[in-house]
Amino acid sequence: MDFLRPASWEEALAAKAEHPAAVPIAGGTDVMVEINFDHRRPEYLMDLGRIADLTEWEVGADSVRLGASVPYSRIMEHLRTELPGLALASHTVASPQIRNRGGVGGNLGTASPAGDAHPALLAAGAEVEAESVRGTRRIPIDAFYTGVKRNALEPDELIRAVHVRKADGPQQFSKVGTRNAMVIAVCAFGLALHPATRTVRTGIGSAAPTPIRATAAEEFLNAALEEGGFWDNGKTVTPSAAKQFADLCAAACNPIDDVRGTADYRRHAVGVMARRTLTWTWESYRGTRRATEGAA
Amino acid sequence: MRVNFTVNGRPQEADDVWEGESLLYVLRERMGLPGSKNACEQGECGSCTVRLDGVPVCSCLVAAGQAEGREVVTVEGLAEFAEDRAKDRAKNGAEERAEDRTEGCSGTVRGSGGASASLDAAQRWRAHGTDSQTGEGLELAPIQQAFIDAGAVQCGFCTPGLLVAADEMLERNPDPTDADIREALSGNLCRCTGYEKIMDAVRLAAARQSEGV
Repeated sequence: MDFLRPASWEEALAAKAEHPAAVPIAGGTDVMVEINFDHRRPEYLMDLGRIADLTEWEVGADSVRLGASVPYSRIMEHLRTELPGLALASHTVASPQIRNRGGVGGNLGTASPAGDAHPALLAAGAEVEAESVRGTRRIPIDAFYTGVKRNALEPDELIRAVHVRKADGPQQFSKVGTRNAMVIAVCAFGLALHPATRTVRTGIGSAAPTPIRATAAEEFLNAALEEGGFWDNGKTVTPSAAKQFADLCAAACNPIDDVRGTADYRRHAVGVMARRTLTWTWESYRGTRRATEGAA
Repeated sequence: MRVNFTVNGRPQEADDVWEGESLLYVLRERMGLPGSKNACEQGECGSCTVRLDGVPVCSCLVAAGQAEGREVVTVEGLAEFAEDRAKDRAKNGAEERAEDRTEGCSGTVRGSGGASASLDAAQRWRAHGTDSQTGEGLELAPIQQAFIDAGAVQCGFCTPGLLVAADEMLERNPDPTDADIREALSGNLCRCTGYEKIMDAVRLAAARQSEGV
């Protein structure tokens, strides 16, 4: 094994081009587990820890450019307003020690269906900034996950950042596990209201081969909210609409039975989380509307 | 490969390090610092918790090469680390206190405990003295003493990681709620399930810390 220590992003890209099999390591919370257990013996291990740019973020007008290695603990602390869904999801990642090291780039690189950041990224809307010596491209988050622990990166590409749309409405994240800390999601659900476009977006984790959106459920709810004038009148979402939305979210799942839970349980739990997160976010939206109207 | 880094304030050099080796392995097997414990090797248990550039991390998940040029504090260096911190704080806080308190014990107490926790430090000194296990002839860190006093040590395997994690939390958050403590220690497992005494110990350390200020 060779240990590569690029001092700059350009050096990292050059090294990755020269050694496409090189495994990038940042927080190490996935890679080191595989090495410790001898599940993986990469020919090259490439430490990205020296590239300061990767641990920085920029808040733009519409989106946040989040460096691939910004630790979850930073996201929780500093980006709660701009990226509430991702901040909530970050807070459920493992433990303080892991959150101090791990970041969204690692979650994306590993592309496990159970990665906590994925439902939040899918719900908020995001693009992955991938770069190689050949150039930079932005991969829409919906097109990024291609299979179990597979993603759309080319062998010579590295994840530099993820561009996440700034919240324009309430967002929620929910996760099922046996305790609050140190839990790989049995299943997880992210929901974001986008009042600016009058749309709702979802993200489901650990309930299909890849993280997915419940698109049929989103379409149903978008139409139901539009027809009932809910975005304007701020009424409570009817129980029947919430139930239909939850059922469609459950139906979007394609889970497996494993040690953490059965497929049936996962479907059921996703439905419950869908209904709850819809209620939480919608009530929050109604509250904001009332507050705004009251002030005006 | 060779790795140069600072461990407990002293520059160290490790040779013939395998590229896939963890920082934990280097500390235990090459530096002779077995305080950080090797248990799960997957970041689940927190027994290997150390400070890396001040940040608590699982040393089993840090590749040795990633520690190049960085500063590591292990449980072996915790007493010295805590003492230095107390001295710094005493220095910074001395003027404030001189203004705040016009009567009584306003002066800076010189001694091994620093200016903070002077009475308490004296009591601890008599009760336990130096500890050969630290190798430093130093007084224990307040969190270490609190673990002993509260009976928070059973088999002791999780203790080093808990000490490092708890000490860092008290540095950041001197007046933690129970929920804060639970969250800060949520990455440290105790297989003896002695969590209640551990909670007591952290509360005790927090109380002593606030009394000392």
